[in-house]
Amino acid sequence: MKRIQRSLLAAAVMAAVSAPAFAAGEQYVGLPSYRVGPYAAGGSGIFGGMIDYFKLVNERDGGVNGVKLTWDECETEYNNARGVECYERQKKNGPTGNTVVHPLSTGITYSLIDKATADKIPIISLGYGRTDASDGRVFPYVFPLITNYWSQNTAKIKFIGSKEGGMDKLAGKKIVNIYHDSAYGKETIPVLDAQAKMYGFSVTHIAVAHPGNEQQSQWLQVRQAKPDWVILRGWGVMNPTALKAAAKIGYPRDKIVGVWWSGAEEDTIPAGDAAKGYIAAGFNVAGANYPVVRDIQKYVYAKDKGNMEDKSRVGSIYYNRGVVHGIVTVEAIRKAQEKFGKGKPITGEQMRWGIENLNIDNAVLKKLGAEGFMPPTKLSCANHEGSGLVKFQQWDGKQWKVITDWIESDQKLVRGMIEESSAKYAKEKGITPRDCSKEM
Amino acid sequence: MLYREAGQFKTSYGADQQIFPIRQDRIAMAAILAFFFVGVPLLANQYWLQAILVPVLIFSLAALGLNILTGYAGQLSLGTAAFMAVGAFAAYNFELRLPWMPLPVSFVLAGVVAAAVGMLFGLPSLRIKGFYLAVATLAAQFFIVWVLTKFGWFSNYSSSGVITTQKMQILGYAFDTPVRQYLLVLTIVAVMAMLAKNLVRSSTGRAWMAVRDMDVAAEVIGIRLMHTKLLAFAVSSFYCGVAGALYAYAYLGTVEPEGFNLDMSFRVLFMIIIGGVGSILGSFLGAAFIVLAPIFLNVTAHGLFAGNIPAGLASNLELIVFGGLIIFFLIVEPHGLARLWQIAKEKLRLWPFPY
Repeated sequence: MKRIQRSLLAAAVMAAVSAPAFAAGEQYVGLPSYRVGPYAAGGSGIFGGMIDYFKLVNERDGGVNGVKLTWDECETEYNNARGVECYERQKKNGPTGNTVVHPLSTGITYSLIDKATADKIPIISLGYGRTDASDGRVFPYVFPLITNYWSQNTAKIKFIGSKEGGMDKLAGKKIVNIYHDSAYGKETIPVLDAQAKMYGFSVTHIAVAHPGNEQQSQWLQVRQAKPDWVILRGWGVMNPTALKAAAKIGYPRDKIVGVWWSGAEEDTIPAGDAAKGYIAAGFNVAGANYPVVRDIQKYVYAKDKGNMEDKSRVGSIYYNRGVVHGIVTVEAIRKAQEKFGKGKPITGEQMRWGIENLNIDNAVLKKLGAEGFMPPTKLSCANHEGSGLVKFQQWDGKQWKVITDWIESDQKLVRGMIEESSAKYAKEKGITPRDCSKEM
Repeated sequence: MLYREAGQFKTSYGADQQIFPIRQDRIAMAAILAFFFVGVPLLANQYWLQAILVPVLIFSLAALGLNILTGYAGQLSLGTAAFMAVGAFAAYNFELRLPWMPLPVSFVLAGVVAAAVGMLFGLPSLRIKGFYLAVATLAAQFFIVWVLTKFGWFSNYSSSGVITTQKMQILGYAFDTPVRQYLLVLTIVAVMAMLAKNLVRSSTGRAWMAVRDMDVAAEVIGIRLMHTKLLAFAVSSFYCGVAGALYAYAYLGTVEPEGFNLDMSFRVLFMIIIGGVGSILGSFLGAAFIVLAPIFLNVTAHGLFAGNIPAGLASNLELIVFGGLIIFFLIVEPHGLARLWQIAKEKLRLWPFPY
């Protein structure tokens, strides 16, 4: 027993001594990553891509205007309580504290909204999280960037409409929404219902319990309903299971449209042939043939400094999404430095300004080597979402093929619902929305 | 030498029956309470209070609830997280729909609602035992989470089924800083732990233990089985319900039904197994171990090997070591950490002249 105590003590001392030290003049980003558990494929790919992009900026450009990026990881296991602990542990790290949080989990995002707003640390929930946080007047510190779930959903209906030959052809069609039974999965139900009323199609919502590796009964319901289209709102292991179950009942896969958390190689390859023809939305594309990914190969992997253990995943959907996370983070830091002093690390509060005034247009994307890689995006005080553009891609059995250009979402419908929902939240919490005409 | 009861004479029944009959225990308890009530708020920073101590205390309360049911009354339950969810959502709805209701009353009512639900799901315990009962409580776990997700009324028709708790305010005093929240949680947990300690020393507790050890014999000596078992379910669920309300209000602030999943029920079950089944102290030790060990391993793994090994490997190492530690403790002391403490105390009484 004594020996054990001694070794435990030794481990504790070593942990205390080797606590990561961050040099002054660096820009710290705390990464609450998850590399174990049912969603490890997403976590390792996206955080890997983000870290590789940070490394690229450090290696190639020497940081952002000379300010090197620094980071550390904290394992959340996709668990809300662990995510909160990681956030609290990382928020004071680095010379200026944590700059920005990427929770990469809708549940953790929800748990952090109050805390981060109080601590003045912005949250970027890129393509997930709380949809009505797109209303920057009520949620000053939350940024569901590029496209939120509701926008994506309207783009999806638009895509289905174009496949049917026009939005007026949607009347009388039947759509089944198969969703992960969690906050994330339920998020699109109201907007689907609203659109069903608008275009006259009928929608049936079918829940799949977490983690979703058992879907026999759900797909039997699908077979009975005989829908024209199926919307798959899955995550992790639920996706390949759904595709296999669809193949079993003979439902055509090219009538299944997935959300972007259902559209990665990790979702289709395990399903094998059953995935062929399956369509999914995305705000980033797959492929290593973009200058930005080639630069990562050249500056990071050629020096054997890459984060991915499996190098073949560089250029996959999740990896590239991580690169998009890296790009928006770095560009927001750059923007904030323009206002608050070039070559100096910024605080979370200054970062908030940087994100809010972010304007990644095509010229910027071209400079970054990411043209067509992600949509251009511009934010404002009221609009914390951005462009709301979505591309659709189809799995051909080997890789994802982009089959549409950027599709615009129905912002008129979505914005109205967002403002209604955020007003309700503001009333419940006693928040007075900011007056955006006074912000600069 | 120091820890010896020689010379402490009891001259009344009251003195003989008090919670801590040994003077040293009383002093130690007072010192511990003083440390946590006065010392910790002065010493600890916001990270320790909010991210470490508050969750440990809340899970201690949940483990205490489960320990009453499983450790003292012998009824195995896998529905702990669901009863916590009932408490969280009940407190939210009381505060939402009856805004004039003082927060402590909401918490108590949340516990009462959880107790009622717990009794309902405890009914099968009158007919089935052991593993079969565990499966029946598993039904509670899935059913309650399903109901909270399915019916929008419980989450005030929030589009994603998530509830955001109201601000904590008691008599106009806002519990908005980490220190205040910690003290609120600590007070509630301390009071309820003392109640539990007294409850298990009373005739109720003795009835529970009689049922646990052999329910037929207990029935023969005149213990009403239905009454005793359902009371155990009610008290246990009350504790879990209050823990759930605190989890939502004082810890996360925003919770979804899916957060109270089977995984969490298992975690609480592991807490009492590691800490000690049938021990109040064990609930605290177990909760501290299960909550803190992964965090400690995470800091160690990522701190020691930062940059040297892939982060994915470090994360997997954590799980491996954590699992190994659980097995190690169960082999070394199957009766849990509380038993280790008891052995240490017995040794201490003989020290320095063991025979």
